[in-house]
Formats: sequence, structure tokens, C-alpha cells
Amino acid sequence: MNTINLNGLTRRFGDLVAVDNVTLSVESGEVFGLLGPNGAGKTTIINMLTTLLAPTSGNAIIAGHNIKDDPEGVRRSIGIIFQDPSLDTGLTGRENLNFHAMMYGIDVQERKKRIAEVLSVVGLVEKADVLVENYSGGMKRRLEIARGLIHYPKVLFLDEPTLGLDAQTRRKIWDHIKNLNKKYAMSIILTTHYMEEADYLCGRIAIIDHGKIIALDTPAGLKTRLEGDVVTLGFEGKTELFIPALKEKPWIREVLLHNSTLTITALDGEKRIPDLFVLAQESGINITSVNLRKPSLEDVFIHLTGSSIREEDGTLHSHMHAGMRRRMMK
Amino acid sequence: MIQMTAIYVLWLREMIKFVRAKSRIIGAIAMPVFMLVFLGLGFRRVEFPGLPPEIGYIQFLVPGIVGMTLLFTGAFTGISVLMDRQFGFLKEIMVTPASRISIVLGRIAGGATTSIIQALVMLFLSVFLGFVLPSPLMIAGSVIIMLFISINFICIGLILSSVMKDMHGFNTITNFIIYPIFLLSGALFPVQNLPVAIRIFSYLDPLTYGVDALRGLLIGYSVLNVYSDFTIILVTSVILVSASGYSFNKGEKI
Repeated sequence: MNTINLNGLTRRFGDLVAVDNVTLSVESGEVFGLLGPNGAGKTTIINMLTTLLAPTSGNAIIAGHNIKDDPEGVRRSIGIIFQDPSLDTGLTGRENLNFHAMMYGIDVQERKKRIAEVLSVVGLVEKADVLVENYSGGMKRRLEIARGLIHYPKVLFLDEPTLGLDAQTRRKIWDHIKNLNKKYAMSIILTTHYMEEADYLCGRIAIIDHGKIIALDTPAGLKTRLEGDVVTLGFEGKTELFIPALKEKPWIREVLLHNSTLTITALDGEKRIPDLFVLAQESGINITSVNLRKPSLEDVFIHLTGSSIREEDGTLHSHMHAGMRRRMMK
Repeated sequence: MIQMTAIYVLWLREMIKFVRAKSRIIGAIAMPVFMLVFLGLGFRRVEFPGLPPEIGYIQFLVPGIVGMTLLFTGAFTGISVLMDRQFGFLKEIMVTPASRISIVLGRIAGGATTSIIQALVMLFLSVFLGFVLPSPLMIAGSVIIMLFISINFICIGLILSSVMKDMHGFNTITNFIIYPIFLLSGALFPVQNLPVAIRIFSYLDPLTYGVDALRGLLIGYSVLNVYSDFTIILVTSVILVSASGYSFNKGEKI
């Protein structure tokens, strides 16, 4: 069963088409990722689905409510964790949760029970009565996640849930998200521009660029469908027979010779290694080393969009990545 | 659709923050206190033509300063939506099932309560300068006037906050909108003494009628009948609440 259906969803800002005719569905209980560079239209999609922004055309149904005709019904069924902080820092963690729960008309007894529950889920029980302005970045994020859960939403939106957090906190938040999905069986839509995040969390991923879906599949599906595996062979001997023999095989995509290593792109690489050995022996080649690498989502992304996902965020990190990529391409 | 719970939540939030922000309260009433003390003492012997001689300047000034307190705190409450927008909290409220008009009304309820508390503090402080308080009944009546004065200016603040993107335009707003409203209102001197060309603007200023009604109730002197004053600020309140609900509802600026 689908909890979310987007049908030709489009949003224009003047001449700019931020979201261009997006159609997709998300099943109930699924963790679905929207992956794309900054400015690809991910947050605009989220803003439309959470009724903060009206679509220019097209429509979407969330948990049976139409975003255009029944925005209050949609808001009742969803929880959202925004990209930017959205807590009242002048209130305590508990007050933030309590006010939020009151907005959904949950009665006092039930509120107390649920606040205790979500605080323990995100591990903030001891800090509940501290003013939020004294929280660390990770604690604020966890409080926002707790707040997004307190009214038991059918659909949870996470807009860049770990942006700007350190690696350790990020890992913790990922585990929280996985547990939540299991515990409450809610559908989760998350946007991210971290490949590892999408890979680790999502059942399916839509890659978005310039407001359009350019690919939609499971992380594994995206990787196999687009690249094959990368096998690097060290060898001794002459390659005159070996390379043409390799190129004849239908499961070989690409063969590159560089000094005394061969870089081969092969479908189902791990199953083809024995075949490679057999072929090498028949061609009088002695294999000295083998390395098999699965393509990363980043490889897929570059393949699909022609650019790195981090290209636009302008950090030192992104420059390093761009540099590495240039070297790899040579 | 008006949801009482949503209004109550927003009101309660404002009250908790008001109690916690003691320095902000002192800062907010410092200026009217200075105005009251220095203008009140400095001009205490001034006699305005047309004003009954038994009304001293302090008596005349106090309702004006009460009005000024309501104007400034109200308008800044409205504009403080910008702070919520900046800190993202506005977005959080906007994705709850609360209707837009309930959000506006909740904001008004919270802002009006804090404004009136500050205005009453000013009123009672003025006793130390020799202000003669009227009967409790008149004070109670003046609270109703205070409510509608603050609704007017909270709404003007809300409308301004939907036009402004951030707090950068804040000084401009204060200098070109809030101060003229204050100075034109007759809070410091009788409006009748202004030249006709300027007086026209005074009659377009809701605070003129608010201050006049406060004078009617607090010192027993007003230019217009208190009921006429009240009707005018009631009508402007309704118009401004609708206008701020509308400007909030466009939903384009998150």
C-alpha cells in the first residue's frame, strides 16, 4: 500500500522550475531517500508535501489527504524534522515537546506518557528540563526528532537530518532513524546529499537533479544497473591475447591497461573473478593480485549527472573530492 | 477555523518567555519611564491652551505614555514573528494542524497580555510622580481600551513582519512608522495645537483615538466621546486582524 503519491508535482519560482513534474509513490513503512546536490529541489518538494508551499501544478496525496484540499489533514498525519533548527531556544526541551503535543490536541495524561517515551527514544531524559539554548547541536537535532514523533505521525519527513553534525553523532542519528522506522512502522522520506547516509538508511532512492528525478531504485540496484564492479588485476606476462579475449565477453564493460595493472569494469564482479583467472591462464598471463570494488553511490551519481554531489557546497572537503575525481578521471 | 488550544499554546509560550526574560521587561519599560519622568517633571508647569486648567501636565501625560507603551510593545511583538522565522520556530508552528488565523490570534493574545501588563506597570508607577488614579471601575474600563490599542499595533507589527524579510529594516520601521504614530497621536500634547495639515494625519492614527479614550477614562477629559473613540479602535482592530490574517496566510514566505 502506498502512503504517499506524488503526481506531476511542479513548482516554479519565476522562470526557475525548482521541481519539474515529479511523480513517485512511497509505500507504507518504507524509508525513501531524495538524493541530490544543493539546489536540486529536494527541500522544495518537502515544503510542498508538508503544505508550507503551494505547488504550481500537480498534486500529492499523503496518508489519504490531498495537500491542496486538506492541508490540515496532511499536517495532522505528518511529522517533520527541518533542515534548519526550528526549536524555541527560550524554552526547555520538555516544554518544546509539550507545546507541540498540545497543538495536536493530545490530552495531559497521554502527553506525559508520550513525552517520557520519545525522550528515552532519543536519549534526552536527563536534559529534558534544561533550556534548549544550552543544548549541543546533536542534542538539538535529537530533540527535534523526538518532537517530530510525539504525535505518532504516519509519515516522517527528515530534511538533511545530519547536516553539519560530527561523524559520531551522525552515526547515532542514523541508528535512531532505523529504530524508529522499525518501532513505529512509519514511512520516512529523507533528503540528503550524503551518499553514505542514503546508502545506509534508504530502501529506495530517487536521484534528483535540476528538479527532475533522473533515477529511482534501491541503492544496490542503482549501483549494479549503472556501473558494474571495478576489478583491478596485477599481472605478469603479455596482454596481446588477454585483452581481446576480455573484450569479447558480454559481462565486461570496460578494460583499461595502465603500467602492469588492468582495471576492468565487470557486471557481477565477484562471480567473474574465477572466469578472469581461467581466461588469464588460457592467454598465458600470471595474475599476481586482485582487487574488487563495488561502485559507490557517488560513482553512480557522477555517471548520471556528470557532476559530483558536493560540487556546490564549496567546502575544503568538496575541493578535495573534486581534486580526487579529476585525478581519477585522467 | 479558530482553535482555542492553538491560541492557548501560543499564549502560554509567550507568558513563560515573558516571565523568564526579566531583563527584556526592564528594557522595555525603561524608555516610557524616562519619558514620563523627564517630560512630566520638565513640563509640569506648562499650560496648554484649550485644556481645562485643573488638569496638570502629569495627568495629561500619563495616559499618553500608557498608550506609547502599548504601541511600542505591541508593534515589537508583531515584528518578533521575524525572530521566530529566523530561528525556524515559525515553520514548526506552521506544520502543526493549527489554522493560520489561530496562529495570528494566539500571537495577539500573548502579545496583548504582556503589553497590558507593562502598561499597567507604567500606570501604577506614575502614582509616584503625583498621578491621581481614578476609580477601579475606570481602570477596568481602560484595560479594555488597552486591549484594543494593543491589538491594533500587534497587527501592524505582524503585517510589517510579512513585508520585511529580516530584522535589518527594523530601525527604519521604528523611525518612519512607530515614532510618527506616537508623535501624531497627541500622547505628549493636545492634537488640536498641531497645524491643520499635520492634524489630518493625527486623525488617521488609531493611537489618537486610543489615547483619547484612555484620557476619558483615566482623567475624565477627552476630546471625543469615549464610546466614539472605542468604536473607532474596535473597527480598526477588526480591519487589521483580517489584514494580518491575510498577509500571514499567503504562505509564500517561510
